Amino acid sequence: MFEAILLTVMTAATPLVIAAMGELVAERSGVLNLGVEGMMIMGAVCAFATAHMTGSPYLGVLAGIGGGALFSLLFGFLTLTLVTNQVATGLALTILGLGVSGQLGESFVGLAGTKLQPIVFPVLSDIPFIGRVLFAQDLIFYLSIALIIGVNWFLFKSRTGLKMRAIGDNHGSAHALGINVVRTRYLAVLFGGACAGLAGAQLSLVYTPQWVENMSAGRGWIALALVVFASWRPWRILAGGYLFGAVTIGQLHAQAFGVGIPSQFLSALPYAATIVVLVIISHNRRTTLINTPASLGKPFVPDR
Amino acid sequence: MVSSQDQGEPSLLSVRGLTKLFGTFSACDGIDLDIAPGEIHALLGENGAGKSTLVKMLFGVLQPSAGQIFWQGKPVSISSPGQARNLGIGMVFQHFSLFEALTVGENIALSLDPKISLSKISQEAAALSHAYGLPLDPNMHVADLSVGERQRIEIVRALLQNPKLIILDEPTSVLTPQEAERLFETLFKLKAEGRSVLYISHRLDEVRQICDRATVLRHGKVTGACDPKQETPASLARMMVGSDVAAVHREELGAPGEALLEVSGMSVAARTPFSVSLKDVALAVRAGEVLAIAGVAGNGQGELFDALSGEYPVSDKDAIKIRGRSVGRMRINDRRLLGAGFVPEERHGHAAVAQMSLSDNLLLARAHSDRKAFLSGGFASVIRHGAVRSAAARICQAMDVRKSGEDPAAGSLSGGNLQKFIVGRELDRQPSVLVVNQPTWGVDAGAASRIRQALIDLAKAGSAVVVISQDLDEIFEVATSIAVISEGKLSQAYPAGELSLERIGLLMGGIHDSTQHASHDAAMAGEAADAH
Repeated sequence: MFEAILLTVMTAATPLVIAAMGELVAERSGVLNLGVEGMMIMGAVCAFATAHMTGSPYLGVLAGIGGGALFSLLFGFLTLTLVTNQVATGLALTILGLGVSGQLGESFVGLAGTKLQPIVFPVLSDIPFIGRVLFAQDLIFYLSIALIIGVNWFLFKSRTGLKMRAIGDNHGSAHALGINVVRTRYLAVLFGGACAGLAGAQLSLVYTPQWVENMSAGRGWIALALVVFASWRPWRILAGGYLFGAVTIGQLHAQAFGVGIPSQFLSALPYAATIVVLVIISHNRRTTLINTPASLGKPFVPDR
Repeated sequence: MVSSQDQGEPSLLSVRGLTKLFGTFSACDGIDLDIAPGEIHALLGENGAGKSTLVKMLFGVLQPSAGQIFWQGKPVSISSPGQARNLGIGMVFQHFSLFEALTVGENIALSLDPKISLSKISQEAAALSHAYGLPLDPNMHVADLSVGERQRIEIVRALLQNPKLIILDEPTSVLTPQEAERLFETLFKLKAEGRSVLYISHRLDEVRQICDRATVLRHGKVTGACDPKQETPASLARMMVGSDVAAVHREELGAPGEALLEVSGMSVAARTPFSVSLKDVALAVRAGEVLAIAGVAGNGQGELFDALSGEYPVSDKDAIKIRGRSVGRMRINDRRLLGAGFVPEERHGHAAVAQMSLSDNLLLARAHSDRKAFLSGGFASVIRHGAVRSAAARICQAMDVRKSGEDPAAGSLSGGNLQKFIVGRELDRQPSVLVVNQPTWGVDAGAASRIRQALIDLAKAGSAVVVISQDLDEIFEVATSIAVISEGKLSQAYPAGELSLERIGLLMGGIHDSTQHASHDAAMAGEAADAH
C-alpha cells in the first residue's frame, strides 16, 4: 500500500522536477521564461502524436524534447534577439502553446496511447522495498535523477556553469569580461524548453498515456514556483518536487477518503509554500544576493 | 619634463602629447608622463581634471585622439584591456566589477585562463593575498565582504597576472584609515619587487606619504611634475586647483538681510555603507547671500542636500530652520510650501523623468506647492493642462531653453537645456530659499553661465541661495561666502573675497588641524599685506 502511494507520488513529481530543472538553468542565466506550461503541453502533444504514429514511445520522448526546445527557441528569439519583455512574452508563450497543442492534438483525442514501459534493473530491483521503487522505473524517471546530478555538476563545478552564473548575477560585468551573454542565454533557454518538453512527454507517455487537451493542468506553473521554492538550487528541486508531488496525490486521496480538507486548499499549498520561501529569502540583503540571480528578467542590450 | 633618454634608466612607461577629445571638449590635452621602474607615481588632480580619461587610455579602455604611448621605450598602441594586461599593465578600478553572488575564487577565475582549475586559482589567490598582506578567503561570497576586502580581490586579480605596472584609481576613497594603511604596506612591497605603481588620488597627505613622484593635472593639462615629499600640501593644492581663476566680477549685493536658512548641530548617520555621515553641520544663509559649498565629490554633498531638502528628514526638528520655522522633520513638499526650492544633482531620474514631457515634469515637482494654479476640482485634483503648459512655456522663455517641439520629453533635451529647465522650474516660484546641488555639472559653458547668472539674480532679489559645487570657477563666480565640506564636516563660511585658493585646497584635502589654520591665516594675512 505504502509502496503504491510512493510510486504514484514519484510519477507525479517527475514532470515537476524535470521542468523545474530546465527553468532553473534558464533563470540562473538571468532569463525568466514564464512559458513553461506552454512548452510542456507542446512536448506532451508532440510526444503522444509521434509515439502513436510510429508505435515507439522512445521516438515519442525525443519528439517531446524537440517540440519543447523548438517552442522555446521562439521565446529566445523574441526576448534575446528582439529584446521583448520577458514576462509578457512568457505569458504569451503559455497561451499560444495551449492553443496550438489543442489544434495539433485534435485528431488524437480519445486514442489509445503507447505507454513507456519500465526498465527493470535485474539484481538491483530485487532489493527489498527500495528495489521496486528506484530500479524498476521508466526512462524518464532515470533521466530526471541524471538531470539533477548533471545540472548540479555543471553549475557548480564546470567553468561554463560558472560563466552562466556570472551572467545571471551581473550581465554587464560578464559582458565586460568577454563572456557571450546572448549566446549563453540562448543555450540556457533551449535547455529549459527541452526539459519542459521532456516533462510533457512524461505526462502523455507515462502519467496518463493518452492525449487530453490542457493535460498539463497547471504543472508548468507549479514547476515555476518550484524553482523559487528551491531558491535556485538543484537538490532542493528534488525535495520540493516530491513534496509538491505528494501534495497533489494527497489531494486525490483526501477527496477519495472524504477527509475534511477542501481540495482547493491542498492545490494552493505549493504556491503558498513558495511565497513563504520568498519571504524567507527576502528577509535580508545577503540571502537575496546569494540566492537570487540578480539580473533575472532584465533585458540585455550589449551596446548600451 | 625630462625626456627618458636623459635619465640613467629608461622609463617603464612614457607618454608624449597624449590627447583625448570628446567632440570639441578635450578631456586630456597634450599630456606628457614618465613612470620609472620601481616607483610609486602619483597622478593628482581635481574631479574632471582628466585623470580617469588618461588611465583609461593607458589601460586600453579608451583610444587616444593624438599622442603616443611608449612601453619600455617602444611605441605601442593599446587597443584593449586584454592587450594592456599582456604588456604587463594591471588596473584596479574605483568601481569594482565583481559578482556578488559568487565566491572570491570564482570571481578571480572568471578573468583567468579557463584551463586552470578553480581549486588551483583559489590556492594561488589565497597564497598571494597573504604574501602581500591582504588576507582573503577564496570561499567567501563577495556579498559578505566589506568594501576594503572587495578591493583586495581586484588587487589580487591584477597581481595574479604578474604585472610590471599597477594602476590604482582612487583606491583609498572607499577604505577606512586602517584599511588604507594596509594598502600602503602592500604598495611598498610591490615597489620593493621592482614593480611600478601609478597612484591616482586627490588626497594630498597620502600622496606625500607614499609617492616618489607626482604629476599634477588640471583641466586636462599637466600643471606640474614634482617630488611630493619636497612639496607642502599648500603648494600641491595650488598646482591642483590652479591660480588662473578669473577675478570675481560681481556688483555688491548690499547688506545681507535676515537669515532665511539656518542649520545648527546637524548630525546624520550614514544611511548605507557607501554614504558619508554628516558631523555637526552648521550654516546660516541670509537674504541676498549665495553660500557656495565646495568639496571633493563624495565628502557628504549628496547627504547634505538630502537633509536640507527633506528627501531624508533629520531626527532633530530644530536642526534646520527655514524662515525661522523648525523644519528638520518635514518632508520636501512641506518645506516647499514654506517658500523653499530644491534642485538635486542628477538630471535624469532624480530631477526629471526622462520619458515624460516638460510640462508633466513641471507638474510632478510643483503639484503640491502650486496646487491652486495647476489643479482644479478640489479633492478630485484634475490637472489643468493649459495652466501647466503655459507655465512650462514661461520657464523655457525665461531660461532660454532650446527644445524641439512645443512640449518635448525631458530626455530629448541636451543636458544643458534640461538643466536650465530644472533650475528655471524652481526659480519660476521665486523661492526665498534655494538649494542647488552641482547646478552646472556636465553642462556646456553657455548654459552654465545662464544658470549662474540666474542664481545671482535670485539672491539679488532678496533670496538665500546655497550652491553645492565641485567647480571652483563656478564657486568664485557666484558665491558671496564659501564653506568647504570634507568627510561630512562643514567648515565655517568665509567671505568669498577673503578665501585663497590655497586655503580652499587645504580644506578640501581634509586638513582641519586648527594650528595649520592659524599659520595659514597668518600667511594669508601676509599675502594680503604684500598685495596692498
